[in-house]
Amino acid sequence: MDKNKRLDLSYSQMKWETVFKRLLIVMSAIILLLVVGVFITLIVESWPSIKSLGIGYLWGKVWDPVNNIYGAYPFLIGTLLTSFTALIISIPFSYAIAIYLGEYNPKGWLSDLLKNTIELIAAVPSIIYGFWALFVLVPVVRQLETKIHVAPYGVGVFTASLVLAVMIIPYAAALGTSLIRMVPSPLKEGAYALGATRFEVIRSVILPYTRSGLFAGILLSLGRALGETMAVTVLIGNTSAIAHTFKDIFFGPGNTMASVIANEFAEADHALYLSALIELGLVLFFVTVIINLIGKRIITKYTNN
Amino acid sequence: MDARIGIRNTKSILFKSFIIFLAFVVTLPLIIVLLYIIKQGVMQVNWHFLTHVPAPEGEKGGGIANALVGSLLIVGMSSLVAIPVGILAGIYLSENPGTKLAYYSGLCVDILQGVPSIVMGIVVYFWIVKPFGFSAISGSIALAIMMLPIVIRSTEQTLLLLPPSLKEAALSLGVPYHRVILKVIVPCGFAGILSGIILSIARIIGETAPLLFTALGSNYLTTNVTGAMESLPHLIFTYATSPYDDQHDLAWGASFILLMFVLILNIVTKLITRKWKIQL
Repeated sequence: MDKNKRLDLSYSQMKWETVFKRLLIVMSAIILLLVVGVFITLIVESWPSIKSLGIGYLWGKVWDPVNNIYGAYPFLIGTLLTSFTALIISIPFSYAIAIYLGEYNPKGWLSDLLKNTIELIAAVPSIIYGFWALFVLVPVVRQLETKIHVAPYGVGVFTASLVLAVMIIPYAAALGTSLIRMVPSPLKEGAYALGATRFEVIRSVILPYTRSGLFAGILLSLGRALGETMAVTVLIGNTSAIAHTFKDIFFGPGNTMASVIANEFAEADHALYLSALIELGLVLFFVTVIINLIGKRIITKYTNN
Repeated sequence: MDARIGIRNTKSILFKSFIIFLAFVVTLPLIIVLLYIIKQGVMQVNWHFLTHVPAPEGEKGGGIANALVGSLLIVGMSSLVAIPVGILAGIYLSENPGTKLAYYSGLCVDILQGVPSIVMGIVVYFWIVKPFGFSAISGSIALAIMMLPIVIRSTEQTLLLLPPSLKEAALSLGVPYHRVILKVIVPCGFAGILSGIILSIARIIGETAPLLFTALGSNYLTTNVTGAMESLPHLIFTYATSPYDDQHDLAWGASFILLMFVLILNIVTKLITRKWKIQL
């Protein structure tokens, strides 16, 4: 091989190098463009609704596509109620799992079994939970509702919250476990050396140390619950009318932002109707993204320290 | 003094039992849920079920061949788009951690991960369905966007774990940069990247919401990717909410098949990460 040919070879290699580096940049830029595109699309398509309904859209109590009246309040309430109820139900269970796996029994077959089961539960698609709940959970809830004297719909905010809780428990538990395992052992050993019991170590060392991380975990679970669509759509009962008593709001059928989009998007037959639905999507996008980003930031800050 | 210690120990033991009780009391019913779905579904599955399309409303028999083929096609097309883009973006993020582009792309990966799937459905509807009509392609694009963050993050995290001396050794031998990445770095992190890919497929194979406005659904067995196409989760959604018992049976069977896909993919991911001792 003479010298020139070798130089040519390395020249073509260098060309490839530049091409490859540019390709990497383009691919990362695509992610950026995607997010900008999503944002712009949502703004542009919901613009007619933003312009003609104004800010009052958010607390308008009536959603009546027939008469072209759109208020997002019933869906905001439905989304907040289902998400927060699910969160409250899930917190004790997910913390218990996290403390058990993180502190009491970090190794061994029983904790492996529990951990793997939790992971399997997390992997089940939400539509399957929705389907199961529709046929098994709804009749049970119906019986409960007859007992406490509310209309026995079976479907509604309460049922949807139960299933949402099932879906966020594994997530919050896995996050909590890894946080609790990150507590530096000298801290715990110090407390034990001073004569603290297990409970006291958990209460006064582990929980305070992981506080901000656990808070971030709650935020991330909330973000999940807010955007969850299919199980809720199947179970929420789909009514846009607001019930009068709290008991009815909680146990009766309702709607969330995600479920009303899933149900009505395909049948939105005039421009303002469609646009009002997309504005719901825009609100949902903002809220979930902000909650997620705050949660993620806290977690990364925490793990870096 | 002794009595105090007794009380504190009792408290500790009580708390422990309480924690164990809570941890297991929630897991047991969930296992029962899984077993119930498997029991309901396994009765439906046979050769006829896998190779026939759903029977008309009210008629017995039929299967889910259209949804099975549709799901595999849609997920396959999503993977074709998401895997190369995701891996390359992940390489960029791990190789250039300080740059502005890496910072903003990383932020956008976090944002994408938080976007509700139904919102993704709306957006892809306006991008592709409105100009071109309902199609399997539009469904795969929505799902590909949902795969991206998982593939990117797992690639980035795996590559960051590799010792820098690997790359330095290759570079000092005069190997060009792209060959170092493609022939040294990526093969070394292969297991981690692969498990991220499989995990992302497991995540999106059960996604329903983005498909409602994109791939829609179809009662026919079709491989035409420019037309509407059925998928397993969409079939479960439509048949679960229908009034016919036969359609519920189809939905149970489809749930079982979908569940098996998801569980097997998750177990495979676990085996890979365990064998190569990589933490995701």
